[in-house]
Amino acid sequence: MSSSRTASASVLYDAPGPRARFRYRALGVLTVLGIAGLLWYAYDKLDSTGQFAPELWEPFQYTAVQQRIVDGLLATLKAFALAAVLSLLLGALLAAGRLSDHKPVRAVSGAVVQFFRAMPLLIMIFALYRGLFAGDPFWALVTGLTLYNGSVQAEIIRSGVEAVPRGQSEAAYALGMRKSAVMLSILVPQAVRSMLPAIISQTVVTLKDTSLGFVITYPELLYAMKLIASNSTGYPYVPTVLVGTPIYIAMCLLLAALARWIEARGRRGANRRTSVPA
Amino acid sequence: MDILFEHGNFALLRDGFLQTVELSALAALLALLLGTLLAAFRVSPVPVLRAFGTVWVTAFRNTPLTLLFLAAVFTLPRLDVRFSPFTFAVLALGFYTAAFVCEVLRSGINTVPLGQAEAARSLGMTFGQTLRLVILPQAAKTVLGPMSSVFIALPRNSAIAGAFSVAELFQAQATLTDLGYPIALIFFWVALPYLTISASVGLLFHYLPQIVAAGGRLVRGLSERGTPVRTETVEANQ
Repeated sequence: MSSSRTASASVLYDAPGPRARFRYRALGVLTVLGIAGLLWYAYDKLDSTGQFAPELWEPFQYTAVQQRIVDGLLATLKAFALAAVLSLLLGALLAAGRLSDHKPVRAVSGAVVQFFRAMPLLIMIFALYRGLFAGDPFWALVTGLTLYNGSVQAEIIRSGVEAVPRGQSEAAYALGMRKSAVMLSILVPQAVRSMLPAIISQTVVTLKDTSLGFVITYPELLYAMKLIASNSTGYPYVPTVLVGTPIYIAMCLLLAALARWIEARGRRGANRRTSVPA
Repeated sequence: MDILFEHGNFALLRDGFLQTVELSALAALLALLLGTLLAAFRVSPVPVLRAFGTVWVTAFRNTPLTLLFLAAVFTLPRLDVRFSPFTFAVLALGFYTAAFVCEVLRSGINTVPLGQAEAARSLGMTFGQTLRLVILPQAAKTVLGPMSSVFIALPRNSAIAGAFSVAELFQAQATLTDLGYPIALIFFWVALPYLTISASVGLLFHYLPQIVAAGGRLVRGLSERGTPVRTETVEANQ
């Protein structure tokens, strides 16, 4: 019984009595009407401006257009995969630098992390595209994504290492381990275990930011969408956005689900370990 | 260093900077208002409202901002919704950020223990009193850190507007690059304003508790003339 009561009482609202229940139900009906009105307005707007005309949706039946979407998707995934892996490597490197015993190393890696976290990614990618990688959008995009996300990942890894209880490293030092051994075999495995959900959540940001490749003409999914819409008769921007947005949302939700699954698994494992009688 | 003061480059960068600040400020205002409304939906006792808030926030959080800009600038005019590029940019940036503001507020409210609200209600406090005196002050403490991250990220994200015909700092960078100035120098002069904006927003959030407290004292001092606080200061002066 008590579980059903806490389910309906929240911090803001007490468990509803008969009058409140009636009020909530009335509000619910009004909300449904409001949402229906909103949806109808959207449908009517799309219909009255002729967005449901078959010729606007026809391009999606052509294999060339479908191929273009698949190619764009693959280009997005390619940039994402490479940038995610490289940013993890850079993050590990910068985190090691920030945890170093040598003050200059700490200061330099700290400055690098702060700078790249504060800079707009697009400004960096554009400068890399026009400067360092003259005309190669793929490497400009991957490098920009790596520098920004690597800095963020470094902070995640560092806070993970610092969150490992001090007794762990003290015990390892007492056993005669050296700093690198303590780091690699004691602290980092535990930190990765606890920070993996946060690390994967950050890769969702990496995935979304691959769309900045659009600005420097890297032919990823968004660029392919724009190309399809501007090259087809009648300029089907609305159908293209309605097709492309769910692809992005689905990819991000899959990554987020992976992070949640790992988090749940980690919790289960931790519970099992602590419940073992000493 | 010398590119700044020739051929009107300073005016270009200054106008870009002002446009970035204006765009960020308006988008922040929109994000704050819309985000608060969405958070109210997501913690409401009406299941349909909660579901609406969840779907809305999930959609906008998981869509790339560049795609939102593209959708605003290229699809809305096809639906007979016509605004200036600047207004479209404010809408895209504001709607995107609102989803993150909503999540920060919601998780902040959820960290307040249920017992706090129950105690307030059993003392006979109304909904408004519970919210104002018990829940929000406690939620504010946990919200402040994540909220400052959201609003530090906002001016950074505003750079995308430059790719959709808003004459802000990114567009100034692109223009100067096309004029053939050294990339590294341009980068320096564009990076500096962005770092200044981030640092200012960070400082604002750092001192926000003190600012709010000082504002509260000022309001109380104005509304209750001759309070004990005032006589104490007079005595101290003597």
